[in-house]
Amino acid sequence: MAGGGVFLRIATRPALATPETMQEAVRTAIGEATVKKGRVKLDLPPIVENGNSVPCTVAVESPMTATDHVKAIHIFNEKNPQPNVISIKLGPRAGRAAFTTRIRLADSQTVTAIAEMSDGSCWSDDVDVIVTLAACLEESLH
Amino acid sequence: MARALIHVPPSAKRGEVIEIKTLISHVMETGYRIGVTGQPIPRDIIEDFVCTYNGEEVFRAKLYPAIAANPFISFFTIATERGTIAFSWTDQHGATQVQTAAITVE
Repeated sequence: MAGGGVFLRIATRPALATPETMQEAVRTAIGEATVKKGRVKLDLPPIVENGNSVPCTVAVESPMTATDHVKAIHIFNEKNPQPNVISIKLGPRAGRAAFTTRIRLADSQTVTAIAEMSDGSCWSDDVDVIVTLAACLEESLH
Repeated sequence: MARALIHVPPSAKRGEVIEIKTLISHVMETGYRIGVTGQPIPRDIIEDFVCTYNGEEVFRAKLYPAIAANPFISFFTIATERGTIAFSWTDQHGATQVQTAAITVE
């Protein structure tokens, strides 16, 4: 679908996110904290027919009290043009550390959700997604 | 400006965790697509979403081009008191749209 011009543009500058640029984005967002697996549940369909709108839910196990709550949740991807997807900030007023949105996926890839807790610890979950119709790079239809 | 849809329960019990759903019509143009002229279509996205409950911020999101067109966000908050829940979306040009919903808490 993408024309030669699009391909060249990608080839001549590092436009696509890679696992490395994703790691950079993760460090920019959370600093040097160690990320442990667990406590986070990232819910994405394993096979996506249309990468333009993929329902995505993140839920984090947390009592959401003033002393023990989730401060922020970030979603990252490896192969979209940019590694960031969304970053949310919340606090004890949320009651429940969960949210849903719809995201774009440009290719089959691993999507990662990271939660920052009030005690400074970070927890994550990964989901591998297969995308049959990619988003972001297709040509305009009009 | 853009059309926004919000769902907030009209009433809740004090301390109850309520779900809020929001959707705003917006192209969320990534800036990575090529138009019919062969030129890239300029980036045009909503970057910030903020929800305040009687003036106090309860939820904030920073959106990137990887958020689908017509951004939908649902999240939770605790119904603490009667009042107004306000939502604001700000695009990359600084234009802000605000919408509010009233909630009754028993």
